Amino acid sequence: MRKSKLHQLMLTVAYGLVSVALYWLLLANSGQLVEFANRTHQGEKMLFLVPIVIAFIFSYVHGTFTGHFWESLGIKAAKGSETKKKGS
Amino acid sequence: MESLSFIDLTLYNALALFVVGFIGGMVSGFIGSGGAFVMTPAMMTLGVPGIIAVASNICHKFPKSLVGAMKRHKYGQVDVKLGIIMGIFAEAGMLLGKHFMTDIKHLYGDAGSNLYVSVVFIVVLGIVGSFVLRDAYRMHKDEQAGDEVANQATRLAKWVQSLHIPGTMMYFPSLKARVSLLIIAPLGFATGMLAATIAVGGFIGVPAMIYILGAPALMASASELVIAFVMGLGGTILYALDGSVDIRLAMIILAGSLFGIQLGAIGTTYVKDFVVKLVMGLIMVIVLFSRFFYIPGYLNQLGMLEDLPETTVTTLKMFGDGTLVLALAVGGLTIVMALLKGMAEHRRNQLAITEHPLAQEN
Repeated sequence: MRKSKLHQLMLTVAYGLVSVALYWLLLANSGQLVEFANRTHQGEKMLFLVPIVIAFIFSYVHGTFTGHFWESLGIKAAKGSETKKKGS
Repeated sequence: MESLSFIDLTLYNALALFVVGFIGGMVSGFIGSGGAFVMTPAMMTLGVPGIIAVASNICHKFPKSLVGAMKRHKYGQVDVKLGIIMGIFAEAGMLLGKHFMTDIKHLYGDAGSNLYVSVVFIVVLGIVGSFVLRDAYRMHKDEQAGDEVANQATRLAKWVQSLHIPGTMMYFPSLKARVSLLIIAPLGFATGMLAATIAVGGFIGVPAMIYILGAPALMASASELVIAFVMGLGGTILYALDGSVDIRLAMIILAGSLFGIQLGAIGTTYVKDFVVKLVMGLIMVIVLFSRFFYIPGYLNQLGMLEDLPETTVTTLKMFGDGTLVLALAVGGLTIVMALLKGMAEHRRNQLAITEHPLAQEN
C-alpha cells in the first residue's frame, strides 16, 4: 500500500517536473512562437503545425501530471467506476 | 500583409487565465462543455484581439477535451462512435456557422452580429436550459420521494430508436439501440452551428443525445467531449493556418483547465444523472440572463434604441460579464459540493462494507 503511494508520488513529481520544464520552454521562446504565428499569417502555411504539435505534447504531459496530482491528494474516482466499462 | 497583434504576457494575465481555465475545465469535465463561453470575453478583457481570443480558446479546447474524454472513457462513460460521428457533422455545422456569422457581420456590422448571437443565446438556452433544469428537478423530487429514478428514454427518443431507415442504421452502445445516421447528422450539425455562434455546442449536443437519442446524461456529457475534440481540432487547424492562434495563451489556459477537467471527470463517478442535468441547466439559465445586459448596448449601436448614455452601456456590459462569471462560479461550486458529498457518502458505504461484509452479501 505504502509502496504504491510512493510510486504515485514519484510519478506525480516526475510528470510535474517535465510539465514545468515544458512551460518554461514555452515562455522562454515566447518571441519565437509569436514570430512563427506571424510568418504563418504572411504565407508560410506549414508552420500551422507548430501550435498543434505543442498542444498535443502539453496535453499528454500536463494531462498525465494533473491526473496523478489529484490522485496523490487522495481525490480519485469512486471505487468500481473504472470497471463499469467491462460490466456494461 | 499586416502582422497580427499579440499581447505581452504579464503575471496578472497568466494567473487570470489559469484560474478561469481551471473553473472552465471543471465544468467541461463534468457536463462535457460549457467552460468556453467565458474564455473568449476574458481574453478580450485582457486586451487580446477578438480573432486571436477565439482562435486561442478553440486551441485550448481540443487538448482539454482529449484528456477529459480519455479520463471518462476509463469510467466507461464515453460512446466513442457516437462522439466521432456527431463530431464530423458538427465540424460541417461549425464551418457553415462561421460563414453565416461572417455574412451577418458584413451586412449588419459588429453590433448586428452581437445581437444575432444574443438572440440565439436567449432562444436556445431559454428553451433547452429550462427544459433540462425542469427535468433535473423532477428527477431530484422522484429520488427524494423514494421512487426509482431510472434513465428512461423520452417518448421522442423511443420513437427515434424505433425508426428503421434501410442503409443508414448504426448501433450505438450508449443508446443500446440502432439509430439512423439521418437523425444523428442534423443533431451534430446543429451542435457545430451553435459552437460557431456562442462557442458552446454542448448546450445543444448533450440535451440532444439525452432527449432525442435516449443516452443517459452521464454518457451524453462524456461523449460530448469527443465531439468537442473533433470540432476543436478542425477549428484549430483552420485558425492556425491563418496564424491567429496564440499558443502561449492557449497553453496557459490549458494549464488550469487540465487540473479542472480531471476534477470534473472524477466528480461524475460520485453523482447521479440528475446532478449533471442540474449543473448544465443552472449554467444555461444564468448565461441566458447575462444577454439581457448586453442587448440594450447592441440596439443602441444599431440606432434602434437612442439616447442611451455611454456609461449606462458600459455598466450594463460589466453586469453581463459579471453574470457570465457567476454562471461559471455557480457551476464550479455545485460540482465541488457534489464531489465532496459523493466522496463522503462513498467512504461511509465502503466503511460499512468493511465492517459488516456479511450483511452486505446477504
